[in-house]
Amino acid sequence: MARIFAYIAHKGGVADDSAAELAAAAKKIDAGASPVAVVTGWGPDLDAVCESLRSSYSEIWKVANQAIAYPNAELVRQALVNVIPRDSIVLVPHSHFGIDLAPGLSIKTNSAFVSDVLAIDGTDGTSLKVVRQEFGGQVSAHVRCDISSGAIISIRPGAFKPVESSPLAGVMVDKSAEVGALTAARRYLETIVAEAGDVDITKQNVLVSVGRGIQEQDNIAIAQELADALGGAVSCSRPVVDAKWLPKSRQVGSSGQTVKPKVYLACGMSGSFQHLAGIKGNPFIVAINKNPKAPIFQVADVGVVADILEFLPELTEKVREVKGISV
Amino acid sequence: MEILVCVRRVPDTSENEIQLSSAGNDIERDDLVYSVNEPDNYAVEEAIQIAANAGGNVTVVTVGSEEDEEVLRREMAMGANQGVLLSDDAFAGSDGKGIATILKALVQKGHYDLVLTGTQAEDGGAQVGGMLAALLDYPFASLVNAITVLDGGKLKISREIEGGNREMSEIDLPCVLSIQTGINEPRYVGMRGIRQVASVEIPTFGTSDLGVDPASVGTAGAKVKRTDYFMPVLGKGAEILQGSQEEIIDQLIELMKAKGGLN
Repeated sequence: MARIFAYIAHKGGVADDSAAELAAAAKKIDAGASPVAVVTGWGPDLDAVCESLRSSYSEIWKVANQAIAYPNAELVRQALVNVIPRDSIVLVPHSHFGIDLAPGLSIKTNSAFVSDVLAIDGTDGTSLKVVRQEFGGQVSAHVRCDISSGAIISIRPGAFKPVESSPLAGVMVDKSAEVGALTAARRYLETIVAEAGDVDITKQNVLVSVGRGIQEQDNIAIAQELADALGGAVSCSRPVVDAKWLPKSRQVGSSGQTVKPKVYLACGMSGSFQHLAGIKGNPFIVAINKNPKAPIFQVADVGVVADILEFLPELTEKVREVKGISV
Repeated sequence: MEILVCVRRVPDTSENEIQLSSAGNDIERDDLVYSVNEPDNYAVEEAIQIAANAGGNVTVVTVGSEEDEEVLRREMAMGANQGVLLSDDAFAGSDGKGIATILKALVQKGHYDLVLTGTQAEDGGAQVGGMLAALLDYPFASLVNAITVLDGGKLKISREIEGGNREMSEIDLPCVLSIQTGINEPRYVGMRGIRQVASVEIPTFGTSDLGVDPASVGTAGAKVKRTDYFMPVLGKGAEILQGSQEEIIDQLIELMKAKGGLN
């Protein structure tokens, strides 16, 4: 059985949630596996992350190099190619970093690549059977992957529940000397922090969140009237921002804002995992969509099968009546 | 600047309800509405804008069959200068590396300064761009949401990272970038535009034209194979409110009151 490695994403000296999720995924490949945590970086932050992993990984490979103090995937890839033995299985999070790293890593290690995996059925030693989603989550697919010369598997964030186990006493192995020379034709300059918007959707009790089903910019007013009546705000999913109907600061999701309202009205949206990743704190989710098969109905608490353009104005009317708002 | 944009024709998920075929090993493809993969359309628009500002040509390419020519023509109607179809029976069943291997051969036949792909295909996994770059030994960046052409054979690029933040980098040409939706506003293509390019010849290349070993692509070369499709197992699932619209609204009002959304 190939050795399993988990690439640990981290920031500010703290390992990402994916660290525990990758350990859980490794156990699904091989229940007896002792995956190795691979941590790249530099300085005290790197040391702190490695130390924090000793209770959850039996072996931690520390890869210290000043050139990868910031995780530029082009440089991290070169380091991993030199450090990780051939024919291994390498798990990476399917995040903005993993998307940057994993495809090229699979080519340079001559490994198979499966991305955005959300379940693992198991392995017979030469192939691995996994589950992916296609077409915006409308259908799932079983995928068989030849792992005889190794595999890079990117794991969907949140798909694998961390397993509770007694704390390990992880061994630290310093692999920094094996990194070799790192040169990148892509150089990191800076991170530009998102501008605050006119409305802070992260601090609302109620969000009326609209997706593609709102159809056109003028219809945003329909959602705004409901939000006003409820004393909340309008947020949205990615297609609404792409169409420039609402500013980026209103977008909920992994590439937008993380929100934690009490009630979340998901209106005319499919409910992609990237969008759902931005909803925290277990709010009461109401899905309103005219397509009864929309994936959002799988995660919502209650659903209404209706066209939002007809339904929302009626709901607004009733909310105003209940609250005694006259317009 | 010579720019190559890799595009795909995919079922449009905003227009279709995807169902399984009766055999269960594929989706039901009859009556599907196909269109150009959405992020790819943004990539073509970006290429057209770069070429308009910095000079140069835009070539659109797809790996597929004659049916896929329609997306090449659509992108040519947008303003791409030419289209190329890569088609061969040996390409069928290619995994991500197979597609990247075919595209690599085309890139090496020409002289491209910049190769763009969409971030992800509806039925793909954000893989081909990064694989193509690694096969070519070109630098790569994914999730690109802004591009500025700099002097000296370089670009300044912005990547979309968490929380709406942007990671700024400088990247040397030639390079491969995968483009995120929202980077621009793709122009509208009317029927008239498509008619104007309807008779333009689109060259087609197969394994021998490209010098691709048939054993390295298609089913023969694929390490990753989809065995079957299935409908996702529903979780607990939402309780679907029943009744007339008025009754549904009354139930919803009570629920929102109980959950702290209305007081």
